[in-house]
Amino acid sequence: MSNIMNIKDFSFTYASASEPSLKNINMPIEKNKITALIGPSGCGKSTLLRSMNRIHDLYTGNKYDGKIELLNDDKSYSNILDIKKENDFINLRQNIGMIFQKPTPFPMSIFDNVAYGLKIAGIKDKKVLEEKVEIALKGSALWKEVKDRLNQSAMGLSGGQQQRLCIARAVAVKPKVLLFDEPTSALDPISTGAIEELIVELKKDISIAIVTHNMQQASRISDYTAFMYLGDLIEFDKTENIFLNPKEKQTEDYITGRFG
Amino acid sequence: MRLLINKVILGLSIFSAILGLAFLGWILATLFFKGISSFHFSLFLNDLIDGGLRNLIIGQFIMAAIAGIIGIPLGMMAGIYLREYGRGKYASIIRDLSDIMMSAPSIVIGAFVYAVVVIPSGGTSGFAGAIALAIMMIPIIINTTDSMLSLVPKELREAGIALGASKYRVILDIVLKAAKVGIMTGILLAFARIIGETAPLLFTSETSNYFSLDLTQAFPSLTVSIYDLANEPIEASRDLAWAASFILTFLVLVINLTGRFITRNKHK
Amino acid sequence: MEKLFQKLSLSSASLVFLILIGIFITLFNASKPAIDEFGFDFITDSTWNQEVVIDTPKKDEDTYLEDELLSDDLMIDETDELLSDEDNSENSLTKTVFGGWIPIVGTVLSTIIALIFALPIAMGIAVFLAEIAPKNISHIVGIAIELLAAIPSIIFGMWGLYYFAPIIADLVGGYQVSLLTAGLVLGVMILPFMAAITRDSMNTTPDVLKESAYALGATKFEVIKDIIFPYSKVGIIGSIILALGRALGETMAVAFLIGSIFSLPEAINDPTVSIPVAMANNFGEASGLGESSLFYLALILFIMSFLVIGIAKFLFLKKGVK
Repeated sequence: MSNIMNIKDFSFTYASASEPSLKNINMPIEKNKITALIGPSGCGKSTLLRSMNRIHDLYTGNKYDGKIELLNDDKSYSNILDIKKENDFINLRQNIGMIFQKPTPFPMSIFDNVAYGLKIAGIKDKKVLEEKVEIALKGSALWKEVKDRLNQSAMGLSGGQQQRLCIARAVAVKPKVLLFDEPTSALDPISTGAIEELIVELKKDISIAIVTHNMQQASRISDYTAFMYLGDLIEFDKTENIFLNPKEKQTEDYITGRFG
Repeated sequence: MRLLINKVILGLSIFSAILGLAFLGWILATLFFKGISSFHFSLFLNDLIDGGLRNLIIGQFIMAAIAGIIGIPLGMMAGIYLREYGRGKYASIIRDLSDIMMSAPSIVIGAFVYAVVVIPSGGTSGFAGAIALAIMMIPIIINTTDSMLSLVPKELREAGIALGASKYRVILDIVLKAAKVGIMTGILLAFARIIGETAPLLFTSETSNYFSLDLTQAFPSLTVSIYDLANEPIEASRDLAWAASFILTFLVLVINLTGRFITRNKHK
Repeated sequence: MEKLFQKLSLSSASLVFLILIGIFITLFNASKPAIDEFGFDFITDSTWNQEVVIDTPKKDEDTYLEDELLSDDLMIDETDELLSDEDNSENSLTKTVFGGWIPIVGTVLSTIIALIFALPIAMGIAVFLAEIAPKNISHIVGIAIELLAAIPSIIFGMWGLYYFAPIIADLVGGYQVSLLTAGLVLGVMILPFMAAITRDSMNTTPDVLKESAYALGATKFEVIKDIIFPYSKVGIIGSIILALGRALGETMAVAFLIGSIFSLPEAINDPTVSIPVAMANNFGEASGLGESSLFYLALILFIMSFLVIGIAKFLFLKKGVK
């Protein structure tokens, strides 16, 4: 099974920083698997995640080094760091979606939220939109709760529902990869559980990378785990190995709570 | 002793607040009593030539509306530039200049429009008046748009971009919508402000006694006429000025309060 | 499309810049005749629209020559006529002089009076809103104060002239239309603005700072005096200067109340004139050098306001918007 993404010798420096926030990261994102990025605050896990859909490019002055490769339909790889043109960026983000820590429902109806990505991709046919929206909402375990109020504002949903809406919205465009940046840290335990279940379901069709500061969450749902510390990738392995049999002392210290 | 000073100061503070409210009440009461006594519905049916205010009210609104048509899109686009696209020195200079323009003397703006519009076109006009009002409106709209857009969390923009939308679509579809209520309030408040302006209209539109929709000539203005009427030695003119003042203030306060009401309602 | 949108928004923003420059250039051009004629003396000259006789040496020479010619060539009758011609030529060598000192003084003084009157009241209101009133009262009173700010200035003129000024004149004596009444009404106009910005500045004081002071047993007044005011000092001064800048340009209320007389007030309750009022009342009939002098005044006012507001903004009101 080939990797959906390869990160090779990747370094990243923020615009105003004198030191790189990420140093020579090398790791794969496996197809149809969940890869978790864990580590204490400031280790660079979010920075790495956000490099993968180049959302850093909204802000000027950041510097990249190395490669981040994405698997094309024809089985070749392209380095997404080479992208310069507007159209290519749009394409990239239609292939690699992102869910944020704070649920970000757009100020529109539930239907329009989920359909947004489709509409900007050029899909205008009402019937097609309705179908795809239904599929996406079902896939996010939200359909039953909202099917009778699709035209109501998304702002009226609860936190957990809003986050599932954001997932439906991202899933509707059928991306290859979904990036989750601490998706449940703003939610209550029950919503957290629902979303974790959802993410595990999603990996059947989509490859997933998730940043989490909750180790238990990583051990619960991920197949692979990367432990990062101060901008370095300390250890990358199958999740069971990281948690039951870590090779690096730093990893072990973090897992056992000796530092956070 | 300390407690005594404390009580005195706090008392003075409460007194100032009461004083402030008293001025407001005094002015509103004056307007009400003087305005009501000269008020009758024919004011809305007759033009100034017949002792009514119809042409003046309509004229003022028309000029304000045109000022809005010019000023609101320009102001919003400029505000969008400052908040969404602008980086670095140029944007912050523009922002500062716009802030300064907000407090600039309105009569100077009237003089400016007089020199660049009235003189070349050979005379006063409703257009000149509307342009002067637009110039006053633009910095206010810029400031409001800029502030309201800054309140929209950056995650919302990132979520839009993350779906593959281009920046302008994110701004139009998502960010503006999120800031919609605040911006609308800002527009209403700006409108309330320019509808009460006199100085910029004094030599640009002047005013007219007749009903007119011809913006290329001197155009009826409620505020300029209040000034003229108040300066006439005839008692009846002054009474009319009071009635007009009452109506003007009523309109301004209603628009102002409507703007605030919208924000309060949608505020979660 | 994205590029187009970016360009459009950039152009709109640049428009602000262009308008500002346009105002400067236009005012400068229109006042050029007056500037050329009077120079900087305009600022300190207190004559306005008065004929001034000019005696030039050249003219005396001419008269002298003509005298010689007369005595040599002409008969007595014609000499008489020519003599009267000389009288006429003396009358026509005058020029109209405009000087801006009086309106400038009127503008500055009325603003200072406004400030002195408004400052204590505005501070009192700000303290009330920020520290004394419970939340809901503060909210309502705050809105009332903002409504006071929303009232059009011409209304202040009307109310001021017919209701406020007579009372002041009764109390203090002197004219109803005067520098004093104009300044006081101007004060009522800027007071809500000063109060609002001061209140906002005061509210930026961190609660923990205030709590620490209270915990030591300080009274409310002491917390305001020793903690809040020093902390928000910069914003408060900024609000005062900004209010000053606005008051400088105020036209309509002052037009009703200052009297519009081009003479220096000997007492505070004498009528005089300010720049905006001079413009408001004279622009219509002015032409030539007179009109140009009004533009000169406008330019001076614009520069004054710009400087004052600029100082307020850059030195004091650094509202760091991200």
